[in-house]
Parts: sequence; structure tokens; C-alpha cells
Amino acid sequence: MSTEVREVVIVGSGPAGYTAAIYAARAQLNPIVYEGSVTAGGALMNTTEVENFPGFTDGIMGPDLMDNMRKQAKRFGAELITDDVVEMDLTGPIKILKDGSGNTVQAKSVILAMGSAYREIGLANEKRLSGRGVSWCATCDGFFFRDQTIAVVGGGDSAVEEATFLTKFAEKVVLIHRRDALRASKIMQDRALSNPKIEMLWNTEVIDVLGKDKVEALQLRNTVNGEISERNFTGLFVAIGHIPRSELITSSIDLDSEGYVKVDAGSTRTNLSGVFACGDLVDHTYRQAITAAGTGCQAALDAEKFLSH
Amino acid sequence: MSAPTKVTAADFDQIVLKSSIPVLVDFWAEWCGPCRAIAPILDDISAEHGDKLKIVKLNTDEESAIAIKYGVTSIPMLNVYVNGEVVKTIIGAKPKPALLKELEGFI
Repeated sequence: MSTEVREVVIVGSGPAGYTAAIYAARAQLNPIVYEGSVTAGGALMNTTEVENFPGFTDGIMGPDLMDNMRKQAKRFGAELITDDVVEMDLTGPIKILKDGSGNTVQAKSVILAMGSAYREIGLANEKRLSGRGVSWCATCDGFFFRDQTIAVVGGGDSAVEEATFLTKFAEKVVLIHRRDALRASKIMQDRALSNPKIEMLWNTEVIDVLGKDKVEALQLRNTVNGEISERNFTGLFVAIGHIPRSELITSSIDLDSEGYVKVDAGSTRTNLSGVFACGDLVDHTYRQAITAAGTGCQAALDAEKFLSH
Repeated sequence: MSAPTKVTAADFDQIVLKSSIPVLVDFWAEWCGPCRAIAPILDDISAEHGDKLKIVKLNTDEESAIAIKYGVTSIPMLNVYVNGEVVKTIIGAKPKPALLKELEGFI
């Protein structure tokens, strides 16, 4: 183990992690950023056009936005490591982090920005047929469902965006939602509801995924009258929200009942001295690129203040 | 060993199905973020273990017939072929230690 003790290590590389890196690097804190070996860039890497990030009048592709943030962090001297943190000891004054290659880093402060992962419906057959018609990434897998009839489950922005995106390939997209109204933003709802290839299936939940080697049909339940039905689909895209990636820190950090890291109101301070948290790891309300970037900035400033005392 | 090479419909039979050692085919596409994320990991594994496991890349946009033949609906998808048969399928981007563990029977 190197005996060097760094000022700050940032774990995660979405808008929160890279923004924290930009601020920490500009504050001469010489940050290390663990970007994640396959998750670098975060959730926006699996999106297409980002239309609501201020400053990009014509929108920008999610992966391009993240590449820009990465380059900006690098320009100010952030040390970017494309690996995963696999163990963290955050309780003492010197924090110890171990990565997937077996290297260990010590730091006086840590900024947690691990983001969130896709939530699963929780059906045994969903897992079994994952990659066999069940998908969590429309931009990755939509292409393979050309001219087919596919289902999207969910009611938020990501479900509606995926459904709209998938109409580029599919013959028909059925958006299945357990309530009678969508949570998605108005502009995205309008776009989806006026799309002739999208059919809405309200008050409906998926209770099983049927098929031997690939998805063939879904078993559905009407949430109002309890009626059970079956309908043929060759694909199921699951977009029912996210779960925070807090599994590495559950034993040491205060989390809320859903696993999000708790922070002091109006700051990014966790219950552990010198440990700050930002982005989707903390936020179950807003979950936007711009809010994640905002809290990433706050975390770097909080860490800077902590280190100066 | 060298970096993963590209396969096409024209040489799939020769390079993959008739290979004397196991072959891992990386089904990928330009627009797939997770595919780009694992590319350097596969480069590493190819460099370290290419003598036992040949790693090749198949672009699903350019070679959709082969992708359809092997039932690709999710990428990245990694198929390992031994004597022309698929003996292992790994779907989705995984960190290097996880991939090495999945592939330990071949390297």
C-alpha cells in the first residue's frame, strides 16, 4: 500500500462525480476519480439526446456530454482511474479504498457519487430471460427488435423516453403502466401519446414473463379489477426506476429505508466526518443531470471546507 | 498476443467455427455505450490470454444476419465457441475480474 494520503477521492463518474472532480481539481485538491470499469460516465451513457441541460441550445448526446465533463475534469488535473472501488473503510480520519485491480488508496476525504442502478420488477423469469428479450437499455438493444411488438413498463421520464425511442425500430410499442396517468414530464408525455406507434395500457402490471429461451408473452394484471390476461410480445423493456448503488457502504453510513445515503439538510455531509455524498446516490426526488452536477459541486466545496479546517 | 480482430460473415466460419482453440465473439455496435466500456477490458484479456482464448469482434450493424442467427437481443453479448458450438454466453458489461471469473474454464 502506498503511504501517500490524498486530499480527496471521488467514487463515481456521472455528472455528480465529474463536477465534483472539476471543482476539487480547480481547488488544487488533486482528486482521484474512480470512474468505474464498465459504468464510467454513469447513466447518461445509455441515453440519446439530452435536451434540458442548460447551455446546449440544440441538445447534446448523453455520451458526448459526459465525455466533455470528463475532459474538463482532466484538463484541471483530476486523476481519472477507470476501475471500480470494491472496498471502502470510511470510518476513521484516514479513509481507505481498494480497487478492482487490488490497489489501495488513502485519503482525508471521500466524495461518494456512485449513482443508481436499474430497478428490476423482481420476477424470476425476468432475470432468466434478461438479455433474451428482457432489457433495461433501449438505446443498446432497441435495434434488435426491428418490426416487432414490444412492451415498455413504467410511467416516468425514462419509460416514456424509451418507448418513444423504440418506435424508431419496433412496429408497435405498448407502454404498460400500473396507474391511470404518467409521471413523465408534460412534453415527453405529449410526444409519446401522440405517437401512432405507441399504445397505452393503463392500470396494468406485469406479473410474469413467459417464454422458453426468449420472451414470447407477458402475463398482465389489471390493477383496478384484478383481471389477468396474456399478451404476446417479443421484448420487454423495464424502466420502473432505480436503486441507489450504496451496497459497498451499507454497514458504515446512514442510509434511508430505500438505501439512499442520508446527508445533512442543505449540504452533502454524511454521518461520517470527511465523507460527502451527491447525485442520484442521495436524491430520490429530482434525479436530473443538472441536479446531480449541482450536488457534485456542493460536495467538492464541502470537502474543500472540511480539508481547510 | 494481438488485439481482438474483426470478423464478418465471410470469415466467421473459418475464424470462429473452425478454430482449433475456443473463440470469444464480442457482439457489439458503435452506438452501444456499454460495448465501448468493455472494449479495453477485452483488449486486455486478449493480450493476456489470447494464446488460449481467441477474441474477435462482430459488428452487429454490419453483420446483422449472424447476430440474428445467434439470437442477439442485447449487447454487449459475448459468446464462447468451442468446436463450432456456443458453450457460454455472457450478456451485459461486466468488470474485468467478473469477466475473468466467467471465462476461467477457457483461460
